[in-house]
Amino acid sequence: MSDEQHARQELLARKFIEAIPHAQELGMVITDIGAGRAVIDMPYDPRLIGDPETGVIHGGAVSALMDTCGGAAVMSHPSGPPATATLDLRIDYMRPANPGETITAVAECYHMTRSIAFVRATATDADKDRPVATATGAFTVHGGK
Amino acid sequence: MARPEPVQVIKQRRDAMLQTLVARVPYIGFLGISFERHGDELTAILPYNARNIGNPMIPAIHGGVTAAFLEVAAIIELSWAMTWEDMEAGKITEDSPRILLPKTIDFTVDYLRSGLPRDGYARARVNRSGRRYASVHVEAWQDNKSRMFAQATGHFLMPQRDG
Repeated sequence: MSDEQHARQELLARKFIEAIPHAQELGMVITDIGAGRAVIDMPYDPRLIGDPETGVIHGGAVSALMDTCGGAAVMSHPSGPPATATLDLRIDYMRPANPGETITAVAECYHMTRSIAFVRATATDADKDRPVATATGAFTVHGGK
Repeated sequence: MARPEPVQVIKQRRDAMLQTLVARVPYIGFLGISFERHGDELTAILPYNARNIGNPMIPAIHGGVTAAFLEVAAIIELSWAMTWEDMEAGKITEDSPRILLPKTIDFTVDYLRSGLPRDGYARARVNRSGRRYASVHVEAWQDNKSRMFAQATGHFLMPQRDG
């Protein structure tokens, strides 16, 4: 693939993800994408609180971030499909995210077949050495080459 | 002998307690999730909302919203079981609710069909609930209960309960 094709593909993936209504709703921003890897930030928002006593973000919002980031990683894979959907997603919660801090997810599509993309992802807050959550998922590959 | 309480009073107390529990978590309101109660059985409801769409082309509900919906249903099921017990034993009242929320350890979602632009429903079943850990299974459907669009299993760390 030429550099130009590559740049075009990345632009398409970025535009597609940014057109997702729920990703917009959660304030997600793609900060890096390409070659089967995506990085997405989700800023702290009091509307997403799951534990009113501590102000910690609900696990469900972290799931939405991981799922979106996983899909973006699949879309940006060099043999990437024009569309993908989540088949299964497992999230392990290591610790509560610090209230007030942006959560960043990094997802990597580490293997792709003609039908399935395998993804792993990690979410961190400002403390990058201690993950908030990790995820593994399988995504469908539609209309792949 | 004291006369039994009128059924409406009992119902009102239970419904108010459930509303108190649900209203405490901002994220549940953010997604627009509500709960229906029949006795101690809960059904979670996710009304259709354009903001919950993930793929505008199909359109389909965002997989993250589906995951969140099922996780909320599991957490409230566990919390409601504790609340119900304390409420029926007279340990807590509407004015002094003591609401405890479990913490998610892990959660696995199985996407069976794409979520349609319709209302969704979910019911959670507690398969095991010990002093520290609980295992919960959740099933979600839309138009037809026999055609689930997602199911999930999760493990939860239970809050410390005194007495």
